[in-house]
Amino acid sequence: MLRLPPFTYLAPRTVDDAAKALASHGGAAMLVAGGTDLYPNMKRRQFEPSVLVGLLAIRELRGVRGGAREGVTLGSCTTLSAVAVHPEIAAHYPALATAAGLVSSPQLRNMGTIGGNVCVDTRCNYYNQSYEWRKAVGFCMKRDGAICLVAPRSPRCWAVSSSDTAPVLWSLGARVRLRSAAGERTIPVETLFRDDGIEYLAKRPDEILTDILLPPADGWRSAYLKLRRRGSFDFPVLGVAVAVQMEGDVVRDARIVVGAVASQPRPAPAAAAALVGGRLTSELIARVAELAAGPAKPLDNTDFTHPYRKKMTRVFVARALASLAGLAPAGEPAAEVA
Amino acid sequence: MSADAGKHEFAVIGQPLPKIDAWAKVVGETKYADDLFLPRMAYGRLLRSPHGHARITRVDTARARALPGVYAVISGADLPRVRFGILPVSQDEEALCTEKVRMVGDAVAAVAAVDEETAEHACRLIDVDYEPLRALMSIEESLAHPEVRIHEYGDGPNVHKNVSLQFGDVEAAFARSDLVREDVFFFEGNTHLPMEQHAAVAAAGPDGKLTLWSSTQTPHYVHRLLAKILDMPAAHIRVVATPVGGGFGGKLDAFAHEIAACRLSQLTGRPVKIACSREEVFYIHRGRHPVLMWIKTGFTRSGEITGCHLRTWLDGGAYGSYGVASTFYTGVINPVTYRMPVYKFEGARVFTNKPPCGPKRGHGTPQPRFALECQIDKAAEQLGLDPAEMRKRILAEPFTKTANHLTVTTIGLGECIDRVVEASGWRTKWRGFFSEEATSRARPGGATAPSEKKRRGMGIACSAYLTGAGTAVYWNHMPHSGVILRADRSGSVAVLCGATDIGQGSDSILAYLPAEILGIDPKDVHVHPADTSLTPVDLGSYSSRVTLMCGMAAIQASQRLREVIAQAVARKLAVEPGALAFRDRKVGVAADWERAVDFPQAVELAEAMHGVLAFAGSYAPPRRAGKYKGGGVGPSPCYSYSACVVELTVDEETGEIELHDVWIGHDIGRALNPLLAEGQVEGSVYMGIGEALMEGQVFRKGVHKNPSLLEYKSPTTLETPEIHTFLVETNDPEGPFGAKEAGQGPLLPVIPAIANAVYHAVGVRCDEVPITPEMILKGLELRRRGKPARVGPERIPLFTFKAPVVVESAFGQPADAIAVRPFQ
Amino acid sequence: MKARLSLTVNGETHDVLVPVHKTLLEVLREDLGLTGTKHGCELGECGTCTVLVDEVPVLSCLALPADLADAAITTVEGMAEGGRLHPLQQAFAELGAAQCGYCTPGILLTAQALLADRPSPTRQEIKEALAGNLCRCTGYTKILDAVELAALRVGVPR
Repeated sequence: MLRLPPFTYLAPRTVDDAAKALASHGGAAMLVAGGTDLYPNMKRRQFEPSVLVGLLAIRELRGVRGGAREGVTLGSCTTLSAVAVHPEIAAHYPALATAAGLVSSPQLRNMGTIGGNVCVDTRCNYYNQSYEWRKAVGFCMKRDGAICLVAPRSPRCWAVSSSDTAPVLWSLGARVRLRSAAGERTIPVETLFRDDGIEYLAKRPDEILTDILLPPADGWRSAYLKLRRRGSFDFPVLGVAVAVQMEGDVVRDARIVVGAVASQPRPAPAAAAALVGGRLTSELIARVAELAAGPAKPLDNTDFTHPYRKKMTRVFVARALASLAGLAPAGEPAAEVA
Repeated sequence: MSADAGKHEFAVIGQPLPKIDAWAKVVGETKYADDLFLPRMAYGRLLRSPHGHARITRVDTARARALPGVYAVISGADLPRVRFGILPVSQDEEALCTEKVRMVGDAVAAVAAVDEETAEHACRLIDVDYEPLRALMSIEESLAHPEVRIHEYGDGPNVHKNVSLQFGDVEAAFARSDLVREDVFFFEGNTHLPMEQHAAVAAAGPDGKLTLWSSTQTPHYVHRLLAKILDMPAAHIRVVATPVGGGFGGKLDAFAHEIAACRLSQLTGRPVKIACSREEVFYIHRGRHPVLMWIKTGFTRSGEITGCHLRTWLDGGAYGSYGVASTFYTGVINPVTYRMPVYKFEGARVFTNKPPCGPKRGHGTPQPRFALECQIDKAAEQLGLDPAEMRKRILAEPFTKTANHLTVTTIGLGECIDRVVEASGWRTKWRGFFSEEATSRARPGGATAPSEKKRRGMGIACSAYLTGAGTAVYWNHMPHSGVILRADRSGSVAVLCGATDIGQGSDSILAYLPAEILGIDPKDVHVHPADTSLTPVDLGSYSSRVTLMCGMAAIQASQRLREVIAQAVARKLAVEPGALAFRDRKVGVAADWERAVDFPQAVELAEAMHGVLAFAGSYAPPRRAGKYKGGGVGPSPCYSYSACVVELTVDEETGEIELHDVWIGHDIGRALNPLLAEGQVEGSVYMGIGEALMEGQVFRKGVHKNPSLLEYKSPTTLETPEIHTFLVETNDPEGPFGAKEAGQGPLLPVIPAIANAVYHAVGVRCDEVPITPEMILKGLELRRRGKPARVGPERIPLFTFKAPVVVESAFGQPADAIAVRPFQ
Repeated sequence: MKARLSLTVNGETHDVLVPVHKTLLEVLREDLGLTGTKHGCELGECGTCTVLVDEVPVLSCLALPADLADAAITTVEGMAEGGRLHPLQQAFAELGAAQCGYCTPGILLTAQALLADRPSPTRQEIKEALAGNLCRCTGYTKILDAVELAALRVGVPR
């Protein structure tokens, strides 16, 4: 049986205590909430922290507050299941409900948290392997080694951002609140991510992601489409989040963010800009989808071939926009592709 | 019993009863190997090679031994220098490698410690020096580098087996044909993926005896091999197969963890458990061979096959395992389905530095079946025939021999085809092969109107499979299956049989058959399976042999018991034994049921008359192997038949395939329990779907690319379509109450039926599985560019097959009049 | 680091002294002797080890007992009430939904939570609820049938 390496476990009851615990252990401590990302990684010896600060006992981190008119605040330890079925989110931020509901399996969504999914470790099929496997193939720079096995001449790690919810939150203009023993800051979610497979979060290690703040819904419509081999378990190997704000049948503002094609969610601002002022016709959608697929540069380190993932970016952006335009059934599982 | 079985009203046979072990399974009481915890038990781990191919120059266990909590550390030097293998002709394995490792995952050392964590830690303290050798990762590479030898034995450098059989003149047949097709196919390897990871517990006693509890499908073969490997008398070894949490052929060899647990237990004087991790299960493997195939078949205008020539190249992996049998199986079963007057088969198994392949559900036959059934689809299109009708027209004749001398008994395939054609609405929905014009007309599909980019399609395929291998893996004249039946004064009956229940329900069959014959309730029967010190040998749960072979042995034992009871009761009631009936837990005068004694009383009467009531039953298959070298693989008491129709949608933009419905007709001879039979069929269909669409045991940089349940893609509820099963009963004279197999055959037609349905939907021929979205898009792109929309292997290896063993075709000869079976 | 924990499993409270890094799966099987909970990967990739925590299906291979002091844990051993099987257990046995039986405990518990939440689920809802439980034997067909049968029986008291 695969087992966890030993660690000291702290289960503070308040964010303040958690922040203090984190500060007092310096780099030795890691945060854990649902454990669905960290524990498998620890079992594979990708991390061996000596101290874990568990967040599950902190009540203030759970729950959804507010409404679509003034904006919604999600406690970072709200489970993905709870996010997926929350009526206010499902009604006004449907892409987020969809994305949360498409993470892995039902059981995992009952444990995994929205904060955990936003911060989920980047993935690579040279990295998410057991210690013995990694030793056999040669360790990579993300853990125990010096090179990148996907791109051996690369000075950086190309592990893939594999969050379903991160591109959606980005497309919705969400912000996140970070707290540490030193204080608190609220930043746009897009500034939380860095384009590096190892240092993929701009969050300092002593900071705790406490809340996710969604802006007022304000006429925004959103959709999320996910590419993966199976309808369950699998991480996204492409995730497309689109959000448009409509004025009548004209697009007033738009955001397109593509997940799982780089080490961070990748926005497609040129494509989004091309939508603004236009009507969501098939012609416009086709043109925008082509633009959006441009920046996606997947590498060969996930399921499916990377040229296929690149090709699907265009198709998925088009389908996501078509669903918002009412040209195809919105967020239907068939389009999500099981 | 079987011949007149159809006339009887059965009490138990044919009833949809729960499995006898179902109750324990639904409350969590069933003890699988890893659920065993014995006092003082130590926990073991194996150290496995990180190299694909390397010489071992040093193994130093000192640092590991010094770790607190470690009880023992062993390497190959601590085991007798014995090479072993499941087949006598391929003795090429070591439990712990001594000179060379031949794959990533080969075991080199083992530790027993106070707990698993300590054992694992100790493994990392074992120092092994390797001198890496070139790892050969494909058939092409292995053939191109004869200077690198994975093994020293075989039929050529890195060629494990090279076979060639010819039954009649295929070239002459092709010359007479209206259409001759040559096609090349590739079937990717895949693995069993049982939900239960392999585990074993060994306990060496102070008396020098050894017990092994293991999740194995073949306790008998493990028993024999342990005696050889540990160099101790088999009489002092007991192997108990624990309930197997999924086998599918993956638990049919003796494995390093079993052997190491035994040796560590001997050294420590403690029970030792070794439970493999999921990743290790991928290295143990013995699964589906990747097979490249070239097939040339001649057809007449009406669709008759004139002759067939098949070449197969198997990527065997690092060891022999069952590979010689696998090689033959890629060739010998295809002729069983359709009239195929002449046949030539050439096959080669090549060693590579990957986990060894072996028997997985369908053992060697799904690959050539895929090739043949896709080729028939193509031929039907060229000949302008409906592929369902064409198949029905060319079915093999019952009770005849095939070109390669296999004796076929009943064939219910025609009815299977009728049932699935009818149920699927084939005639109204299929309406011709793919054509560009057809894409614009409405496709099959009923209620849900497909969107512009999604195309529906239907495909059909058929297959045949054996009901038990006609020969054991080691040559002998003994029974293949034995049963001891003991009647108790309580009215209960104990059944002792070496058969191993891997979920298919063999324990239940062993209760149903005696219950039927003795007129008691299955609940009155206590089944004691798979314990080599207690139960008569059954060779194991493989080749779909168990229901037929242990079933026939159980019937024989039951009849012997019944006869004795009948004599005693007849004397008591002063009637002829023949006047008695056994039913409702009574034995009485059939024509005057008032005169009946309760079964327990009947047992007492019989015991008083005869002494202890214990009777044996034995079964060995009829001896009718073809009289030529290689004729031992393929014969079976009888063959099951399946026909499958698949309906699916292909998304032309994404290449994704969505399955809607699978209709499967299966000739099972007789369904002893229709519920369990359906379950076997459904499970086979499921596994076929996985192989057709997503499963692949693939390698990169010398290692398994995805040794996890997340990245080795196994279908979930959401990818599994509705499966509609139709059981066809042909009451085969060879089977118990007429029964044939159900656990493997129905996998075979699913894969080509899916490929044929994909072609029907979008006009892309996928001559390779798994069929991926990328392949579909590639095919569509070819079509758009006006090229043949075919995706699959482009070439075959340069390889010289042996001069064939030339034998006259036995095609069409009548089956031997009721074959003589040993021990009857 | 060992921790003294009080775990409520199947309505019984157990005091255990276990290393804090032992998962719920390990503690159930190795410390409480509840081997009905199986495991297929220990990485959250198969659903075999599913148990209920406060009636919600979770993966015991990824749960820490230290987080579950106040929770009610249900394993397959706790499904039957006294000698009376849960309708799901009855239906699974009757319909052949357990072949090798290894994934069965996790599926039974997942289905129990579904029926508690949604007494008359559609077949599609059952598929979605069980999408996190791999089975290699059955093709899921008999499993879906058995959940439907159990739902029917619960809905129509006998």
